[in-house]
Amino acid sequence: MSTYYAGLFADIGILFLGAMSVYIILATGQLSLGNAGFMGIGAYVASFLTVEMQWPLTAALIAAALAAAAIGIVVGFPALRLKGIYLAIATLGFGEMVRSFLLNFDRMGGSGGFHGMKHVSLEYIWLWGGGIFVLIVLLERSRLWLEMRAVHDDETAANLVGLNTTATKVGAFGFGAAVAAVSGGLFAHHHVYIEPGNFGFERSIDFVLAVILGGSTVGAGAVVGAGLLVLLPEWLRFLADWRLAAFGVLLVLVLLTRRQGILDRPLLDKLSLRRARA
Amino acid sequence: MTVLTLKNVSKHFGGIRALTDVSMTVPEGRIIGVIGPNGAGKTTLFNLITGAYRASAGEVVLAGKDITQWPSHRIMRSGVARTFQNIRLFASMTVWEHLLVAQPREGGLWRSVLPIGWADAAAKARAEDALVFFGLEQYRDVIARTLPYGIQRKVEMARALTAQPKLMLLDEPVAGMNAEEANDLRALFHRLNERGLSILLIEHDMPFVMTLCHHLYVLNFGSLIAEGTPAAVRNDPVVLDAYLGTEAA
Repeated sequence: MSTYYAGLFADIGILFLGAMSVYIILATGQLSLGNAGFMGIGAYVASFLTVEMQWPLTAALIAAALAAAAIGIVVGFPALRLKGIYLAIATLGFGEMVRSFLLNFDRMGGSGGFHGMKHVSLEYIWLWGGGIFVLIVLLERSRLWLEMRAVHDDETAANLVGLNTTATKVGAFGFGAAVAAVSGGLFAHHHVYIEPGNFGFERSIDFVLAVILGGSTVGAGAVVGAGLLVLLPEWLRFLADWRLAAFGVLLVLVLLTRRQGILDRPLLDKLSLRRARA
Repeated sequence: MTVLTLKNVSKHFGGIRALTDVSMTVPEGRIIGVIGPNGAGKTTLFNLITGAYRASAGEVVLAGKDITQWPSHRIMRSGVARTFQNIRLFASMTVWEHLLVAQPREGGLWRSVLPIGWADAAAKARAEDALVFFGLEQYRDVIARTLPYGIQRKVEMARALTAQPKLMLLDEPVAGMNAEEANDLRALFHRLNERGLSILLIEHDMPFVMTLCHHLYVLNFGSLIAEGTPAAVRNDPVVLDAYLGTEAA
């Protein structure tokens, strides 16, 4: 594989994990526009542990995920009081808060950024990506996921059939934050240099975009969305300066024809049936 | 043995007195009806029992425990299940998924994160039972919200049943159904009752209530105005007055 494509596939893996973190939280009906914040936390914690503490990367990523999960749970509680657009704005505020904290956090380089990480291979990135993908696909068939969908569909009814909606929503924030942190840790060790600007608002939007484009009701949607979001602008390079405009048009067209995103449950069933017959 | 007791329960919304000093009991294995004109406070009563509202005064006792301050999910896990006046099914779920989602978790969190097919044969068996009991087999993999109204009601009842309740609260279970469908449901409720399930139901369909319930409570403007056997309530002048009004008001 050329280094050009290797770079792109690494970006897809990292974006996929970020998109997954949004998908997990969205599965309980909560839209987070602040997941780049969790990603940033993961990137900085993991980098600190590998560079300054000489931890092995895998251990550092797990520790970063746990740290971000704890912060995600803390963020999840005030988020309980907010719904829809208000929650989205509050999480956006959280993301900006993390970014400006990192900007002023001189211990880790502040605005100058942080470096010294060892480069990771594409295979390592996709080991995490694939592992978390399989985990989510299995989880989607579980009781827990069914309960998350119940909260998504009708929170009051979910509560009144005996589900602990508070634990479900807060837990989703924690889990989503952990996945975002893994994405961040891999990002840091792929680019071997991080700065607070890497984890700004645009990154959070990219995550959400990948989920909405790929399909927000199935985990596989995040893979498709992340792939398209990275590859399409590359494939449209022949349009030169117009490529991002063309990309925007494509995005609008997809959403006009498939509001649920490219992949959804019926389409997946159809695809897997065809494969089974063949 | 008493399943549910309300002791002098009141609920005020600001200055509005939705329920005033209501006391009632649901003995085990009985079918109890709550009737009353629109706005009498019947659904408010259900919302108090299930923790959706907090009582302003009084006590709600479930199987000997004071549940007045408990959160909804804890009450619903302690043997109560309900259906809603305006059907509330989960928009993304098939009938089958509805029959799995409300079941009490067994084996803690770790088992609930595994695929249902691997981890929970008992849950699937219970869902299958409910599916057959309500005659929903042919709708198993259909998105429940797309089904006809009468079927949706049955899905909601089946979902409530899979929570393995001791007490079922039914909010207008036969609203919008024809006589035949209502008879069908009455037979199902009798069968559930024979299995030991206690039922508290709100209903406007008088023939249905009169032939199903063992005991009736009559609410009007948030207060109990009568109680007794269906036959006694039917002839109670106070009840007739509340429903029909008096000439010399």
